[in-house]
Amino acid sequence: MTSLLFAQLGTPHRIQTPSVAWSGLLPVLVLLGGAVVLMVVGALLPRRSRHSWHLWLTLLIAAGSIGCAVPLWFRVRDHGPLSILRDAVRVDGLALFLGIVIVVGVMLAALLTDGYLRREELEGPEPYVLLMLSATGGLLMASANDLIVMFLGLEILSLAVYVLAGLHVRRLRSGEAAMKYFVLGGFSSAFFLYGIALAYGATGSTNLTDIQRFLATNTLTNNGLLLASFALLLVGFGFKVAAAPFHSWAPDVYEGSPSPVVSFMASAVKAAAFAGLIRVFVYAFALDRHDWQPIVYVVAVLTLLVGSVLAVVQTNVKRMLAYSSINHAGFVLVGVQAASDRGVRSALFYLATYTFMVAGSFGVVTIVGRRGDNRHQLDDYKGLARTEPLLAFAFLVFLLAQAGVPFTSGLWAKFYVIGAAVEARSFWLALVAMLSTVISAFLYLRIVLAMYGGADEADEAAPAVPRLRIPFAARIALVVSVVATIGFGLVPGPLTHASKTAVPKIAAGK
Amino acid sequence: MSPVLAAETAGSFPLLTAVVVLPAIGALVTALVSKRRPELAKQCAVLFAVATGALTIAVLAGFDTHAAGFQMIDHVRWVQDPQISWTMGVDGISLWMVVLTGILFPIAMLGAPPHHDEKPFYAWLLLLEAGCLGAFLALDLFVFFLMFEIVLVPMYFLISGWGYEGRRYAAMKFFLYTMFGSAFMLVGTVALAYLHAKGGPVTFDLRTIAEHQGVLSPQTGRWLFLSFAIAFGVKVPLVPLHTWLPDAHTQAPTGGSVILAGVMLKLGTYGFLRFGLYVFPEASVYFAPAMITLGVAGIIYGAICATMQQDLKRLVAYSSVAHLGFIILGTFSLTTQGIDGGVLQMINHGVSTGALFLLVGMIYERRHTREIAKLKGLQRSAPVMAGVFTLVMLSSIGLPGLNGFVGEYLTLLGAFLTHRWWAVVAVTGVILASLYLLWAYQRVFHGTPDEANADMPDLRWTERLVMAPLIVIIVFMGVYPKPVLDRIEPSVKKLVQHIETNTHYREPKAPKVRPAPAAGGQTASQGKAGK
Repeated sequence: MTSLLFAQLGTPHRIQTPSVAWSGLLPVLVLLGGAVVLMVVGALLPRRSRHSWHLWLTLLIAAGSIGCAVPLWFRVRDHGPLSILRDAVRVDGLALFLGIVIVVGVMLAALLTDGYLRREELEGPEPYVLLMLSATGGLLMASANDLIVMFLGLEILSLAVYVLAGLHVRRLRSGEAAMKYFVLGGFSSAFFLYGIALAYGATGSTNLTDIQRFLATNTLTNNGLLLASFALLLVGFGFKVAAAPFHSWAPDVYEGSPSPVVSFMASAVKAAAFAGLIRVFVYAFALDRHDWQPIVYVVAVLTLLVGSVLAVVQTNVKRMLAYSSINHAGFVLVGVQAASDRGVRSALFYLATYTFMVAGSFGVVTIVGRRGDNRHQLDDYKGLARTEPLLAFAFLVFLLAQAGVPFTSGLWAKFYVIGAAVEARSFWLALVAMLSTVISAFLYLRIVLAMYGGADEADEAAPAVPRLRIPFAARIALVVSVVATIGFGLVPGPLTHASKTAVPKIAAGK
Repeated sequence: MSPVLAAETAGSFPLLTAVVVLPAIGALVTALVSKRRPELAKQCAVLFAVATGALTIAVLAGFDTHAAGFQMIDHVRWVQDPQISWTMGVDGISLWMVVLTGILFPIAMLGAPPHHDEKPFYAWLLLLEAGCLGAFLALDLFVFFLMFEIVLVPMYFLISGWGYEGRRYAAMKFFLYTMFGSAFMLVGTVALAYLHAKGGPVTFDLRTIAEHQGVLSPQTGRWLFLSFAIAFGVKVPLVPLHTWLPDAHTQAPTGGSVILAGVMLKLGTYGFLRFGLYVFPEASVYFAPAMITLGVAGIIYGAICATMQQDLKRLVAYSSVAHLGFIILGTFSLTTQGIDGGVLQMINHGVSTGALFLLVGMIYERRHTREIAKLKGLQRSAPVMAGVFTLVMLSSIGLPGLNGFVGEYLTLLGAFLTHRWWAVVAVTGVILASLYLLWAYQRVFHGTPDEANADMPDLRWTERLVMAPLIVIIVFMGVYPKPVLDRIEPSVKKLVQHIETNTHYREPKAPKVRPAPAAGGQTASQGKAGK
């Protein structure tokens, strides 16, 4: 595969094959190898078992991947980024930070998947394998320093998620979601690929370092091609992160897909896509930021408003959360728009904290969805605080964190983003972002009100439904998410510090 | 600032931190009490509230009367970059807010027990107390924002969980309105810190930012002031932003109303003093006429609306709008008397309106209605309640000899010095206050009770005990406000001086005759009157 890659990248001065620092790729390789191993082992293990072999193996592999990433993190911090495969892959703080976030997303999604699969009688290793393969793509994307590698990562990531969306074979909506996601995703990939082609045409390279160097040393007499490539690349990324004009798939796909998969889509997929976005725009196109910043500004405003306003009219909790995740993507875009160290830092922090919030939220949704994964109306949450006080409390924490209530990680995330925007003098954008939070708060409160609504309604609804079953693994995921959400809310220091360390230097302005 | 004092308190017991943390711990402990023992939850919560109240009294006792700066400062670094630190400090302005909070919470707990789910009710109340105390004591912009914002959550749950028929709507409205204001404030806070840093290390320390004026251009300062003003304006509430208040007050459970009116509205007026006048002296002077106009509009509008209310609780709620208008008037008169009066009025309003809400709650408990038309002749059936109501009502109107008078008088005096005609208009608010309160009293308590009202039970002993401290405060502060004013005044003078050194504004000469006993050492700065 690598030789093929080099055939494409082929530079005229290639004399010797590069030595590959495999150690730098270990987190990706562990995940990839683990997925293959799980596939094989899965064939040998019984499909249905009292023990969750697949889950524990997945967690072990994911932990192994993180275990490989941590020493790399310190190595990169102390000795600078590793450039691997002739600079096609760059392992730096950004790649490792978001890589860990993605793998954590896998772990949380896997924990939720176990109970889901048992409940829906869909047991088997495939979902876990797909989760890990998808994460492999995400990790590759986060560390890609070449547009082609990034595209590869994007496709690996996406293809696995398309299949995951259609995981629930007996549920029509699941298939519909997969189809929709696949067709529209294919479209966006085409846009992205064309954007790469145009960027190559404008700069003569697909390597991000080369592109940046080229743009730094040359002044384009006609930058139409480059601007077109900005637009097309932005469409590709915008689709994956569900930014405003390209968001329309998200509510339908989120609603139809199995809930644990949605938690992965909203956390890891977004993190990977933002990693790409940041690498390409904030770093490679750093010197042309005055060209792309206004576009991102507008996209961010649209995303924030669409995500919050349209969420308000929903009655389906999954759709509400889908729109709210659009709103959160808008927040990360605000950080990206700042195109500064602080902006990237805030985006990283946001993605890391949001992973826990959204995984937890969809974890609750998974459980409340009951058998068939269909009970997602607001009415299904009525009186949850009476029947399942702890579950309701967990959801309360996630919702309040998403609304940015103090002493949750959500507020710090918003705070850093606002700080970055203010530093970049985008005051109005910051204000729009906060006001959109107020609008979304309405929808979070609607859910809270449904759960904690007075005794009257709860008493009527109570006898009709049997108690919810909360699987052990999902319990772990929820507890971890709650602890992380409140923990980072009280002590944001370590995560702030990590996100600060992770940010590579941005090329200075022209 | 007084570094000496800071050094003195450093290393000793962090009293102010304890004041904030204790109720939070109490909330946690109360939440952990077994579900089957609701009475234990109540005892536990009241114990923590009383202990917190005792701590606030300890703060009062340890307070250095003549120092103007912040005292008893606790300082712990929280986040490195940007610099956010847990800094708590008290001065003459926040001192009384803290004491008021410490006193009102146990009273609200004892005086207005909930009808169901005792445990979460008390836990939320204690959390609310921690948030309020934190907001009054915070000397870090970001910590203040956190505290200012966190109080929404418990209050939201108190209204939506234990309120009356329209509670969901009211709770939602309350949360969204306040959060709308907070959105502006967060952006304003962050912008202030980042712009103030000028590329250097970003700090949210209130004193650093406020004492280094002139970093921001006046234009920027005005915009930032506006962003804070919207947040505080919603909380106070200033007139065009007030519509959440009647709903929230009316629908909240009695305990919630007491705290909402008594403590939480003060977050807005306190915010104007601490983060408006202190941080943006230039913008405060610039916007003072506009703010005073809004304050006076609130006085008149609140009074007129209160007159027309059918619902006794709604009437009291609108009277709050009017009273808070007075506080804004005093604050933005930018005179020592006016601000003194404003601070005093904050305490008075907390005590009087808190007591009124308690009484209305007691009437509701007995009659299950708050409609004025359905209540009649309660004086016959409940003479003690009528007496207490009369006293509290008169204090709210501002009768000389009771606390309301001192505050209103000083406020009007201060406003008269700088904004004469506004003060004249505001005085009509006093007259209107007697109109709506006396009229309501007449309709509810006078006359011969009809069948439904004839055998309404009078105040029980526990209720009398709950009302007693409030009545003592009302009378004491009306007769002898000196100890209170003595502690307020140095800080207020310092604040006015701070405005003078940083702007062209000069406080007009104070009149020779001062009504309050505290008038003694008054030496107002010289200079031309107003601008």
